[in-house]
Amino acid sequence: MKRRRIGLVTRREMKGYIFLLPWLIGFACFFAVPLVQSFIYSLSNVKMTAAGRKMSWAGLANYLYLFNEDTVFMDLLTAFYRETVLRLAVILVFSLIIALMLNTNIRGKGIYRTIFFLPIIVVSGPVLQRLMDEGATTVPLIETYGVNGIISALLPRALAGPLNSLFTQLILVLWYSGVPILIYMAGLQKIDRVVYEAALIDGAGGWVVFWKITLPALQPMILINGVYTLVFLATSGLNNVIAEINGRMFDTSFGGGYGVASAMAWVYTLTLAVGLAVIYFITRPRRAREVEIIKTREQLRVERLHAARAAARKGAKHGG
Amino acid sequence: MAGKKRRGQAVRRSRAEAFRKLMMGTNEKLGLIVRVFLYVMLTALGFVFVYPILHMGVTSLKSLTDLLDPSVQWLPHQLSLDNYQKALDVMGFQEHLMDTLLVSFLPSLCQTLSCALAGYAFARFRFRGKSLLMGFVLLTFIVPFPVLMVPTYTLYSDYGILGSILTMILPAATGQGLRSAIFILIYKAFYEQTPPSLDEAARVDGATEKRVFLTIGLPLGLPAMLTTFLFSFVWYWNETYTTSLYMGNAALGDTHSVSTLLMELSKFEDSYKAYLEKVSGWASKMGGATSVQNEAVTMAGTILTILPLLIIYFCLQRYFTEAIDRSGITGE
Repeated sequence: MKRRRIGLVTRREMKGYIFLLPWLIGFACFFAVPLVQSFIYSLSNVKMTAAGRKMSWAGLANYLYLFNEDTVFMDLLTAFYRETVLRLAVILVFSLIIALMLNTNIRGKGIYRTIFFLPIIVVSGPVLQRLMDEGATTVPLIETYGVNGIISALLPRALAGPLNSLFTQLILVLWYSGVPILIYMAGLQKIDRVVYEAALIDGAGGWVVFWKITLPALQPMILINGVYTLVFLATSGLNNVIAEINGRMFDTSFGGGYGVASAMAWVYTLTLAVGLAVIYFITRPRRAREVEIIKTREQLRVERLHAARAAARKGAKHGG
Repeated sequence: MAGKKRRGQAVRRSRAEAFRKLMMGTNEKLGLIVRVFLYVMLTALGFVFVYPILHMGVTSLKSLTDLLDPSVQWLPHQLSLDNYQKALDVMGFQEHLMDTLLVSFLPSLCQTLSCALAGYAFARFRFRGKSLLMGFVLLTFIVPFPVLMVPTYTLYSDYGILGSILTMILPAATGQGLRSAIFILIYKAFYEQTPPSLDEAARVDGATEKRVFLTIGLPLGLPAMLTTFLFSFVWYWNETYTTSLYMGNAALGDTHSVSTLLMELSKFEDSYKAYLEKVSGWASKMGGATSVQNEAVTMAGTILTILPLLIIYFCLQRYFTEAIDRSGITGE
């Protein structure tokens, strides 16, 4: 009896694998093997000859070249991360504000949701490039009041550069908040109304409710949004780092080719992994700290009174 | 006398209270001020959001005189479709529309089906290493495409399928297409939420797993499939890195290289110059008015490439915006 049951389970298990088979094949052919291969490329000299690819072991030469000699890649990478930190913060905060506004019971929510989600349909490298060339990606006010000039004058260059690029592409940056807005909204709807009512009865104002109830409840959403947004920014159509890797792949001069391109890709991936880990550790849901309940003097007085009465009653019972 | 006065005061006070409630709101209802503030903020931000698209649309409809007139901002004196006519010619719209449809339709169809299989497997079966494999699914989302770029390119060139649509279909059909991980998550959540009682009934009646999937799983999963297909279609339509890398330089001897509308858009300037040269032979003298008109034609071209997507979105936007709720990432 028992054996037969195990047999059934394993047969079911095998069927699960069969349904997963296409994905497993794809994972092996188009992900796992290329991943390993790309790592091997990054450690070798790859030469294209008429007979085909010639590979020779190069050790860490490609990586050392990137860190020590290459003039372009590291600058692109640091510029990317400097901009991304800012953009990530802007997107996460902006989409939270929009989601909070849409979570109230106003009319026409659907229309606004449609508008804020629309850019997801449109964002692609060439289209964004056109819009940027046309100067249609910034809020006109920013240009008229010369915000960029003010920033450059007031702040050190390391900070002014990313800020300026943020402002000139402000709308594009905001365009990435479509999905985060929806994720926040879904999270907001999951919060139990009862908690809010209890807070209101206890006399908490909107500000306190936001910081003590809404934000902690949204913590998992912030994590998801952070990861999602970073991955999307990292693979967006306007990413200079990817364009550089792509170009370097077919560059046959010194400092080009498959080996260097793969090394670049790996450096990029590893820095992204660090970025994702940082996001995780900043926004991961923590266990609730023990809240010390601060009691008012009145409450303490009432409590003491109750305790005294209970003691008295006990005494009376014993006496009787 | 005094009583009347007091009553008047009370009435006034209650009126003031009612007014305050109307303006500032109560616990249950938002006040008028808050409401107006919300509408103004949302509308303003919504305008900022669609501003580039509106700008694009208006510019593309301007005639040359309107373009040169700085006082004409939003309302052109007359709507001119000249720019569109030119953009259609420059981009070779009809021919490339077919390419684009092919490159986005076939892979997204494959992706819809392959991800459904994977999601179904993750939701309905128990097998060893399931959580590890789920981790791998997420890994495919996080690892950026450039790492896989070089080896897959050499892989395709070794098999001689570079420049053919197979380079898009094969990964899509095996669940490794664009952002497949998201779709697998959507299916997984969807099938986890639908009760398995129907499956069990069918299984008791002697249906094979294949039959259960084909007659119950697939029809049940139709809403998830529609969402997946739409997103997949849009993302493949918009994709340029992979399409230009794998299909941009077609194999030798192939007369018709595949080029999508987005790829055409990215080299619009060059095509436009060549077009002008062909039409009138004075592209070299381009400047002033022509370069201004250049902008309008470029905008018209941009609108043309995203127009099909906009139409799909506005007709079926419910399926786009509900995707998040379906994906189950918010934890059911």
